[in-house]
Amino acid sequence: MSERVRVKAMMPPGHVRTPAYLRGKEGVIERALGHFRNPEQLAYGLPAEEKPLYRVRFTMAEVWGEQAECPTDTLDAEIYAHWLERL
Amino acid sequence: MPHDHLSPSGHPYRKDNDHPLTYWQTMEIAVRELLIEKGVLTPAEVTAQIEAMDARSPANGAAVVARAWVDPDFKARLLEDASAASREMGFDIGPLHLIAVENTKEIHNLIVCTLCSCYPRNLLGLPPDWYKTRAYRSRAVREPRKILEEFGVTLSDKTKIRVHDSTADMRYIVLPARPEGTDNMDEAELAALVTRDSMIGTGLPKQP
Amino acid sequence: MTEETGKRWHDMGGTPAGPICQDDHDFALWEKRVDALMVLCGGKGLFTVDGLRRALEDMGEEAFESMSYYERWIAAINQNLLESGTYTIEELGARMDEITRRGPTYGEAQDV
Repeated sequence: MSERVRVKAMMPPGHVRTPAYLRGKEGVIERALGHFRNPEQLAYGLPAEEKPLYRVRFTMAEVWGEQAECPTDTLDAEIYAHWLERL
Repeated sequence: MPHDHLSPSGHPYRKDNDHPLTYWQTMEIAVRELLIEKGVLTPAEVTAQIEAMDARSPANGAAVVARAWVDPDFKARLLEDASAASREMGFDIGPLHLIAVENTKEIHNLIVCTLCSCYPRNLLGLPPDWYKTRAYRSRAVREPRKILEEFGVTLSDKTKIRVHDSTADMRYIVLPARPEGTDNMDEAELAALVTRDSMIGTGLPKQP
Repeated sequence: MTEETGKRWHDMGGTPAGPICQDDHDFALWEKRVDALMVLCGGKGLFTVDGLRRALEDMGEEAFESMSYYERWIAAINQNLLESGTYTIEELGARMDEITRRGPTYGEAQDV
């Protein structure tokens, strides 16, 4: 049910919707949201493929390490499947 | 700031008709005129769109929240699909994909968009200025508890915070917990307790 | 604009920042018109919200600090409309030039 994933750590230039602070971080899929046109193509006026989009839940401990304000608080973000690796 | 420079809502007006024309205002007029001349838009469409946006306000979200407080079946539908539930109440939210997240004794939700300023504008109207600031966008994901303190929100130590970063196609609304001591209030009275900030997570509903 | 790490200026989550100013303001008519143009042109398929965001991001951090929200948005709308060929740079330039000669304020510069 709760599938573990890691956000890809790559840092390409251009318009992407995966925030830098989550790159390389591990979380669990909170829910699948369906398919949406890829913003990385839409942004440049290109024909865009539909890509699966997920809400991924991270612990603040995972995102901020020892700097976390409260390690057990959590953060959800929407991440496209092509930015995720299954663990 | 003298009071005669404040709008009815108590906020200062932005410079407009009486101030020297700026480069960007000139561009707005030019773009609008060119779009109209080329048949892309009509002046009536622009007016209607402004009226539609002006008609949207946090009161729409407050009505949705109050309905969820009094009607458990509606609340279930709201948490399942907040877009459909909002449309069911007659709100024209366009193509908005809305997710409602519920505050409980255990969980407090906070909404932010770190990459730009995504906001459920088709339900709540345009976002407050602070929502779009560098300070809020930068800090909400890292120190939400400090931010809540700055906004005057005190939570129990046992309450966990869940931050939602609107990174892609979804928009979020917080379903605040119904305040205690409101058992005898009707839906309209309850809606009056629901503030804009309580639906972003930087506030709580007013106490009766 | 782009740091050595590849993290871009608009990607702000987690960056240290100061207190949040909670002052608010009402929108001016010209700002509401920019908003309306954004929604209407998007609805007609002339650009996508991602195209607008890309233009805003590419304007850089200096624009974020020195221009107001709707100044940046009209710049992004214009950028996208030029790219979609809706009008030409020459048409835009001539029209802006004409508008500035109509009168010194936003109100007087309207073609009524």
